[in-house]
Amino acid sequence: MIGERSSEITLAHTAKTRNLKTEHRVQKFWFSLMWLFGLITVLILILVIGYVLVQGGKAVNWELLTTPPKGGLSGEGGISTTIATTFYLVGLTLLIATPLGVSAAVYLIEYAGEQSLSSKFLRTMINIANFAVETLAGIPSIIFGLFGYVLFVSTLKFGFSLLSASLAGACLVLPTIIRTTEEALLAVPDDYRRGSLALGATKWQTLSRIVLPAAMPGIITGIILSVGRVISETAVFYVTLGGSYRLPTSIMDSGRTLALHLYYLAMDTRAFDKAMGTGAVLVVMIFLINLVINLISRKLTAGVRKVR
Amino acid sequence: MSGRMIVDKAVKVVLFASAIISILIVLAIGFFIFRESLDAWAKIGISEMLFKSVWRPGQDQYGILAMIVGSVSVTFGAILMGVPLALGCAIFLAEIAPAGVQSIVRPAVQLLAGIPSVVYGLFGLVILVPMIRKLNVPGNSGFGLLASSIVLAVMILPTIASIAEDAIRAVPENYRQGSLALGATKWQTITKVVLPAGKSGIIAAIILGIGRALGETMAMIMVIGNSVIMPKPLTANPLTFFLSQARTLTGNIAVEINYATGLHANALFATGVVLFALIMIINASARWIITHDQRSSEKAR
Repeated sequence: MIGERSSEITLAHTAKTRNLKTEHRVQKFWFSLMWLFGLITVLILILVIGYVLVQGGKAVNWELLTTPPKGGLSGEGGISTTIATTFYLVGLTLLIATPLGVSAAVYLIEYAGEQSLSSKFLRTMINIANFAVETLAGIPSIIFGLFGYVLFVSTLKFGFSLLSASLAGACLVLPTIIRTTEEALLAVPDDYRRGSLALGATKWQTLSRIVLPAAMPGIITGIILSVGRVISETAVFYVTLGGSYRLPTSIMDSGRTLALHLYYLAMDTRAFDKAMGTGAVLVVMIFLINLVINLISRKLTAGVRKVR
Repeated sequence: MSGRMIVDKAVKVVLFASAIISILIVLAIGFFIFRESLDAWAKIGISEMLFKSVWRPGQDQYGILAMIVGSVSVTFGAILMGVPLALGCAIFLAEIAPAGVQSIVRPAVQLLAGIPSVVYGLFGLVILVPMIRKLNVPGNSGFGLLASSIVLAVMILPTIASIAEDAIRAVPENYRQGSLALGATKWQTITKVVLPAGKSGIIAAIILGIGRALGETMAMIMVIGNSVIMPKPLTANPLTFFLSQARTLTGNIAVEINYATGLHANALFATGVVLFALIMIINASARWIITHDQRSSEKAR
């Protein structure tokens, strides 16, 4: 009986499995395919970035960077005002989003586990807040644009302006700042907090003098990520910033960022060479931002290793 | 109570208020977009909007079915091309690539994620559209589903690849060791042990990629052609479906909102509500898959 059974199993075994040599050949095939996929990804990057940098690089010169666009549908002139507007908008957006996002994260991480939080109301609020952050992170940018358009541009009558655009942009980057700050806070060892509290510091003293400084590199990473988001974002600002090519003189003025300018150049004027030039400037900015983030995170992991 | 204790209490209140802000924003977004769309649902009718494909604001015809089909088709095309590439890339990074190669491919994926969507759009406009235009099919303009699917596939690649890589890395090391010790090859281990174990995370990655694809706006406007027509094959060959022009839900909003007034504007907000609902369903299902799986694997332990 047992013998019969085992011979059946061996039979099934030989029928179903290929021998080791074939298996290795199969593996070789699939591994080469995976290598190919990795290679394709790098090639796509080189193709897109290379093309934009090489083609766009031809259009980039000192004159392009320092003269304002001529406006109209000519596509003539440079990009100086759009560079300035991009910086204004990044500054204003982060000025609004950073304090909000960092404080929200501090509350969600540092206070959510408190003993005094036995109140059911507070617990529910924290759960809903976490869910809301996740929801915000998944909402497409054009929805933020619609929201900014109806609330800031028309209902509150801020018009197409830096103010409307930066408020809508702040909603867009808020989840990024909250999530990265949360991660940074979670990475601060609990011993730091206990040590400070044991010395008689209040919770806020502990947070402001011990925990936040320790979490600072992570928080800064979140802020830089958001800078990148604002520089690349177009849809939100397309419907809230108005698109004037002039330099805004107040936060109630309309303007256009580099990314928006690229869009107008490509779609309205068909000045593809200048659009590529603007694209090259954008790509260089994003590249630098990625570089800085990588440097910070490398420093961070090196620091962690040292502590251990 | 000493001064510093008062400060401590005050700070707590301020921080709590900030934590609540994100709830308020979500509610405000939902409230305002829905409120602005109400007139459209009431005056045009839900079925008229969702199931009619004629969009002529001048004649008060507001059917968004063609845009829904456009969004879904371009997303489908992007998934078809982007998912195999992204998953291959994720498996490569997590299981196969030597450390040196990883340190080139991973930053490349990261950088792809950071490139502004208008740059992808411009690339599509200058390179892909003229290339596709050369295909000798009557009615082919180069703009359309094929160009936009390719652009979108590249744009969702980093999202899917990085989330799927995390999911694969999260599979415990002893699963792999157990399989290898039983004599399985590395590839058998990957396909029969690692990928099934990381399945839920990988599926969630794909779903989040779909969400990202449905939400993309500017790059789509630049290469899809934007004509409000129901996408259909240009000739008897069904493959020419992808050469058809189309318009996405997102593009419809962005292109027209700045000059729309009255019922037209309401109809655009209604388009936003449909998009919002689609994305919420998609993200909720990704979330459900992840938490559901966590629970069942906790039970298994």
